[in-house]
Amino acid sequence: MVVKYLGDTSEGDFPLIEIPYFLNKVHVGWPSPADDYVERPIDLNEHLIKNTAATYFVRVSGDSMIDACIGDGAILIVDRSIEPQHKSIVVAAINGSYACKRLLMRPKVCLASENPKYPPIFIGENEELEIAGVVIAAINTY
Amino acid sequence: MTYALVDCNSFYASCERVFRPDLKDTPIVVLSNNDGCVVALSKEAKNVGIKMCEPWFKIKNSFANKGGVAFSSNYELYADISARVMQTLEHLAPRIEIYSIDEAFLDLSGVDFCTDLDQFGHECQEKVKRWTGMPVRVGIGPTKTLAKAASYGAKKYTATQGVVDLSKQERQRKLMSIMPVEEIWGVGSRLKAHLNRMGITTALDLADTDTKLIRRRFSIVLERTVMELKGYPCIGLEEHPSTKKEIVVSRTFGKKVTTLESINEAVSDYAARASEKLRREKQYCKVVSVFARTNPFRLQDQQYSNILSCKLSSPTNDTRDILHATKMLSRRVYKKGYNFIKAGVMLSDFYDKDVYQSDFFIPNSRRPKSERLMKTIDKINATGGSRITFAAQGIKKPWSMQRHFQSPKYTTNWNDLLVVK
Repeated sequence: MVVKYLGDTSEGDFPLIEIPYFLNKVHVGWPSPADDYVERPIDLNEHLIKNTAATYFVRVSGDSMIDACIGDGAILIVDRSIEPQHKSIVVAAINGSYACKRLLMRPKVCLASENPKYPPIFIGENEELEIAGVVIAAINTY
Repeated sequence: MTYALVDCNSFYASCERVFRPDLKDTPIVVLSNNDGCVVALSKEAKNVGIKMCEPWFKIKNSFANKGGVAFSSNYELYADISARVMQTLEHLAPRIEIYSIDEAFLDLSGVDFCTDLDQFGHECQEKVKRWTGMPVRVGIGPTKTLAKAASYGAKKYTATQGVVDLSKQERQRKLMSIMPVEEIWGVGSRLKAHLNRMGITTALDLADTDTKLIRRRFSIVLERTVMELKGYPCIGLEEHPSTKKEIVVSRTFGKKVTTLESINEAVSDYAARASEKLRREKQYCKVVSVFARTNPFRLQDQQYSNILSCKLSSPTNDTRDILHATKMLSRRVYKKGYNFIKAGVMLSDFYDKDVYQSDFFIPNSRRPKSERLMKTIDKINATGGSRITFAAQGIKKPWSMQRHFQSPKYTTNWNDLLVVK
């Protein structure tokens, strides 16, 4: 990859620019028939969201998932349509409010934090565990 | 034919629960604009004796004592959840008709050959609940009217677990025999008295009536309903909502308003909102109306109500043109010495872009760069952060609605996202 320095951008007021994603090199002569399809800008939603009807954004508060690279203030993309598996990062209801934890099914069902400061929460045999959805991505901004 | 009606259970109250697991079994009511009265309630609220349309101030204390929670209406949230429910349903059936914010008809032709319909109903419930958090009930039948009746059965009888399949005639007759005639889609309380006098009290009585007699005594519309109850589909699926013919934005004021400036500000605010809606519909309007009225429940007040319209020289969707018209109109609608409680703006006489004939005597009546300016404003206002408003809309807005108990706009505003630990 070659990066060319074009100069500094002015601070603040950035115009919204859609970045065209070119699939083909530019040829001289006959254009490729595929060129009709090229100038579709890259859309982050398309990359991150598989099921728009079932996907929600939530914001993280605190450092309980820091070892899974989910920092304070991160935005989580939560897909409710995905079946949670062993080791899925999920949003689950704990004592009447939603929290982000790692779901472990073995050896015992528990919701584990990714920070040694916080102990795991074990789910008893007759307790109901309400999982709102599976976290499919975390957006940390730096 | 096979239709399913999917209906959300206490839709507004259920929306409030999606992001609040702590409210799972709590009685919930949703209040009208200005927190006036109850417009929606959960099953639990019904069980503690709350009724629809009850004034909030009357039940406020007793409801809190019963552990209930009240919300001001949060239409942004409801519209978003509704769209998600409808989108989910589109995964389940090839053709759907969005009938209202919380109901949709599904065309199950084709589906009925390969799946057990009762099982389909339960799958549908499970999928919508999983994907969106919304509990729904499903009524299935060979016509839309019977699907509606099935949904009534699913709501009324808990043993059905929210799914009723009326594809078999004996089941149709069994349910209709215990269903009051006014509960049928398209009958209602107005026709009830008339039908009762003819000895028709249950849905089954109506289904067994001669259709010709119904047409003679009532209308072709009711005849169609009877045909549908007999199992002959007469009402098809309407997949494409017709384009809007008018846009109305009106609100009840938070408190009574007496000055022209306040009325002007409120009307300008509604006009800006209406223009935004108009642009979303990609339409241009030629007629602008403004109305205002006093509070008819304040018997001690002098009453007044008026609506005035004006026709523009050419169709527009530029907020500035519409504000210009509403300003002129509100000055004429306003009368000194009255306590106004409500005002509104209506836009009508719509044109598609470039369809209308421009006025020969007023060349270039459209403002230059109007389209781009409006687009930019809409774009900024859609971000959920700061808003661009016209000075006429006012800043303090003392007349604006009271919504003391509104939940966050979890899905439509970055600042309102659900916070998880």
